[in-house]
Amino acid sequence: MSKRMTMTEAMGRLVRDGDTVVMEGFTHLIPFAAGHELIRQRRKNLTLVRLTPDLLFDQMIAAGCARKVIFSWAGNPGVGPLHAFRQAVERGLPTPLEIEEYSHFGMVLRLQAGAANLPFLPTRTFAGSDLPRVNPRIKQVRCPYSGEELWCVPALRPDVAIVHAQRADEDGNTQVWGLVGVHKEAAFASERVVVVVEEIVSRELIRRDPNRTLLPGFRVDAVVEEPFGAHPSYVQGYYDRDNEFYVRWDEISREPTGLDRYLEEWVYGVSGRQEYRERMRATYERLRARAVPCEPVNYGY
Amino acid sequence: MKDGFTTNEIMVTTAARMLRDGEVVFVGIGIPNMAVNLARRTRCPNLVLIYESGAIGARPERLPVSIGDPTLVTGALGVCSMPEVFQYYLQRGFIDVGFLGAAQIDRFGNLNSTVIGDYARPKVRLPGSGGACEIALLARRVLIVMNHKHRAFPERVDFITSPGYLGGGDEREQQRLPGAGPEAVITDLGVLGFSSDTREMVLESLHPGATVEQVQQETGWKLRVASPLKRTEPPTAEELRVLREELTLPGGAA
Repeated sequence: MSKRMTMTEAMGRLVRDGDTVVMEGFTHLIPFAAGHELIRQRRKNLTLVRLTPDLLFDQMIAAGCARKVIFSWAGNPGVGPLHAFRQAVERGLPTPLEIEEYSHFGMVLRLQAGAANLPFLPTRTFAGSDLPRVNPRIKQVRCPYSGEELWCVPALRPDVAIVHAQRADEDGNTQVWGLVGVHKEAAFASERVVVVVEEIVSRELIRRDPNRTLLPGFRVDAVVEEPFGAHPSYVQGYYDRDNEFYVRWDEISREPTGLDRYLEEWVYGVSGRQEYRERMRATYERLRARAVPCEPVNYGY
Repeated sequence: MKDGFTTNEIMVTTAARMLRDGEVVFVGIGIPNMAVNLARRTRCPNLVLIYESGAIGARPERLPVSIGDPTLVTGALGVCSMPEVFQYYLQRGFIDVGFLGAAQIDRFGNLNSTVIGDYARPKVRLPGSGGACEIALLARRVLIVMNHKHRAFPERVDFITSPGYLGGGDEREQQRLPGAGPEAVITDLGVLGFSSDTREMVLESLHPGATVEQVQQETGWKLRVASPLKRTEPPTAEELRVLREELTLPGGAA
């Protein structure tokens, strides 16, 4: 059964004001096109979940979509701080932002526990750190076998996961290669799942390479085809990360006026990712991935 | 650049020389990234580079701008998910060396990358832990790279993101923290280790041109100095060539 939707339909039907929304992708496959559509639809009071809020949440915070962020590293990698995030945390501007903070390992385990339908997962991190002091959800637990003290984090069960990927079929069977981050955990932990892909491919193509499938279609509620949908992040085999834009973002986002101008021009000022892509044709060409194929494998028996 | 190399370059080469060929290294961004990639291209061709993004045995052909750069995947030995990286590699004990940086480090090697000031009303909100807290606890050797500035070297950090030796002495063992604690701090002025009894930082080596007075001036407590105090070997011509020709970032940043 086809689960194909437009981005406008998918965000409109599956993401509601006040939802907890996980939008993962560790540098790779960050769902910018979906985030921009949520900004255009003026979603409010979202609890946004990502290990690394990145430019995506900086933009969504600046646009007023977020009530709270659950995260583990909030910066612009190799460049500097996230200015909108910092404004909101340090000065409550444009609106106060609640934060709930872990380490990467802690965030990973929260999603893994959610995906496995467990109440919590134990870990050897956090000992001696001040993180448990400022986040009471990080607790100690005693191993019932050895008596050893460990730390633990509670399961995270978001309302919606938005997952960007290379390709899927119309049923939502989704394939990813390159860095997979916590895509699978985010999707299995969540109530609803929207997949955004660079291209929709045939069911037969998916079935010819089942090891590459990250999510089966029955776990997916909507599939959106949106080429260049992860820009300025990257998609392995499709386009490179727009590192120049990540550097420029520091300047753009330093003042609220620059941020507003950006949102006006590239989010509110376009009808969707298609128009964004057309206006960025030269960038799209510059970033296009070269071919580094691997040999096919034999699935026969 | 009065000695023919920059402070960044001597930090990178000093850090690179602390790696042993064949070690499995957890790589962060910035100077550690440069150091590990320099070591791999010079003395340590068999280093195994692991990035918390899930790239195993990466062989980046350009200097990765971030720890999730696509060049880490192309030609890597393997790619795994982040639950695997943190559980099967780091927590299982298969990472030999972890590199860390931070906004603040204190007398006992505790690191702060979370907030300056009070957590609830921060003066400066920093990025946060990322993987630093678990690297500080679960890597076998922990190397720290920082610029030596008075505000970055307070006697006590405002927030312990990644534990070092806590209050010093045997407090780390008392509190049953996993891992051995930090091994060395490489700064733009010298190299510091930790004394085996009090666990406080000790200046062990000065970079060319730096003085003990200068290091003391940039340190927020009365610093212990090793005797004899060593001089850091300057970068070699080959190290500088690799750094300048092969490991430059877009925009020339290091």
